[in-house]
Amino acid sequence: MTGSLRSALGYVAVAAAAYYALVVVPRDGDIAVMINGSIYAGYAILALSLALIWGFGGILSFGQASFFGLAGYVYAIAGINLGDTAVALFLAVAASAAFAAILGYFMFWGRLSDVYLGVITLTVSLILFRFFNQTAGEEWTIGAAPLGGFNGIPSTPILTPIGHPDQPLSPENIYILSVMALAFCYLLCRFVIATRFGRAVVAIRENPVRAELLGYDTRLYKLGVFVIGGAIAGLGGVVFANSVFVSPTMFNLQTNGQVIIWVIVGGLGTLAGPVLGCFAMLALSTWLGSLNGVASGWTDPNLVMGAVLTVCVVTLRQGLLPTVVAAGERLIATLLRRIRIQKFGQPHAVDEPL
Amino acid sequence: MDYALIVLLQVIATVANLAMISAGLAVIFGMMRIINMAHGEFLMVGGYTALVSHQAGLNLWVAIFLVAPIVVGLIGAVVERLVIRRLYGRMIDTMLATWGVSLALVGLITIAFGNTVAGISPPLGSVEIGAYAIGCYELFVGGVTAILFLAGWLVLARTQLGLIARAAMQNREMAAALGVDPAKVYATTFVLGAAISGLAGALIAPITGVVPSIGATYIAKAFITVISGGTSILAGTLSAAGLLGAVNSMFSFLMTPVLGEVALLACAVVLLRLLPQGITGRYFRRAL
Repeated sequence: MTGSLRSALGYVAVAAAAYYALVVVPRDGDIAVMINGSIYAGYAILALSLALIWGFGGILSFGQASFFGLAGYVYAIAGINLGDTAVALFLAVAASAAFAAILGYFMFWGRLSDVYLGVITLTVSLILFRFFNQTAGEEWTIGAAPLGGFNGIPSTPILTPIGHPDQPLSPENIYILSVMALAFCYLLCRFVIATRFGRAVVAIRENPVRAELLGYDTRLYKLGVFVIGGAIAGLGGVVFANSVFVSPTMFNLQTNGQVIIWVIVGGLGTLAGPVLGCFAMLALSTWLGSLNGVASGWTDPNLVMGAVLTVCVVTLRQGLLPTVVAAGERLIATLLRRIRIQKFGQPHAVDEPL
Repeated sequence: MDYALIVLLQVIATVANLAMISAGLAVIFGMMRIINMAHGEFLMVGGYTALVSHQAGLNLWVAIFLVAPIVVGLIGAVVERLVIRRLYGRMIDTMLATWGVSLALVGLITIAFGNTVAGISPPLGSVEIGAYAIGCYELFVGGVTAILFLAGWLVLARTQLGLIARAAMQNREMAAALGVDPAKVYATTFVLGAAISGLAGALIAPITGVVPSIGATYIAKAFITVISGGTSILAGTLSAAGLLGAVNSMFSFLMTPVLGEVALLACAVVLLRLLPQGITGRYFRRAL
């Protein structure tokens, strides 16, 4: 199958999914599905941000949730203090991008190797977790917003239309906005990869030394894609804050681990794969949580996630989407050959005795 | 005067704690260039082993110095055989796979013991210095750390085993050509690192208590220490633990313990910006 055909089929699949999410689901009007859908969309945006910087930039961030959580907190604090959550949204995304820029400066200008980079990002996320976890009490109040320690900020404000700060959106509207945000981020990632900048980023992932010798400042390109990833993760955090509320769990080890698992399971080096991986794993953990009886004792989410990650890394080297696409292509190729055989007869070796 | 002395002892205890939790990781990273993300959980399992066997009636010292290292060493052997061995040379994959192991261990321990804090009160009582007091046990941990690092130095510098280990560390192809089986060296190293982690986890369990998710609090500090230290196992870990431990305890005294940890991280990030190869990438380069 040619690349352009595959990409066209990909767009068709994405458009069909968007149609289903934006038209079919709201028509049924099941509010629980829509709230869950917003949460899934928030997480999927987070997965997308890691798919971009890891799959295309080659930057393995073990702490992608730091931007997710930080943006959530900035959104909640700014929203409570300013009253206008539309402004808070922009502040939150800008804050996570700025944080990514500062962190990225230290990592890329220090020319840290992949492994060190992973450890630093993870540590940053865990430190944020510990910091926000201990912010219980009166002294940890920013303006009118109490940080609330382990409980987070249950009064996280809901998005309001621009200019009407007194009319919070309904869950249906939040759901529509969340799905549109996910679609927007997906298209943004496709766009970034297609630009000159994106091609240079992929080239640097393939061979940093060669890219550098060709005159590209690898630090700058890596920083650029890292900041874009941080901003996207921040948008995911705002979506999540709107569908649940912000709390330190947004930063914790499990959230950081989950994002990586989604990307690995879905397929590293693709954009749609991690989103699918995210949906599949979230659905799996919801299903495990609903189990009763003997099995329920052995379905601790950590145990299952950990086992899935280890098995995926050791056995399945590609992830679901590339595996499925490759299997589909093989199937089509076999079918085409069958058709040809029917048309032209069985091919046989020339020197076969007749 | 008393206050200065107690601050000094507290700094020493923090540094020893940091060096202790990093030791197992440093052995595995220094020898095998493998980042073991399950390190925090090895410490956690070590703590639980000591706790449970002590509650089952075993002598506390036997539980800490014998049972915990053996149990965690065995877990390390299983992990090495099932996961690590399949992934040699694929550094990032090893990191991810061991992270899976780490999550799975947290899940298993949660299922077995529940998501609650358990603990034993630190033995040995406390010593009073003027108006202040410090636990004898914390100083004891400092002593054990010193002995452990001294023993590590003796083994590496003075024994046949240490010679082989250093050779495999410096140039694995050449060591293999000279008849050393790298797979065997790696397996031994991993088990040894796991056993040291088990000992460390058991040693600090009476100070901190144990909870299934406690590995997450160790792992960040241990990684930062080992990476800031650079390639030398002993000198790197000790110097980084000294620097970061001092920063941590100073900020903890002046502000709060959590801000102490934030300062530790900030210091490490700036340090890696200045010395990307870690402390031993520039200083003490010939040290072990």
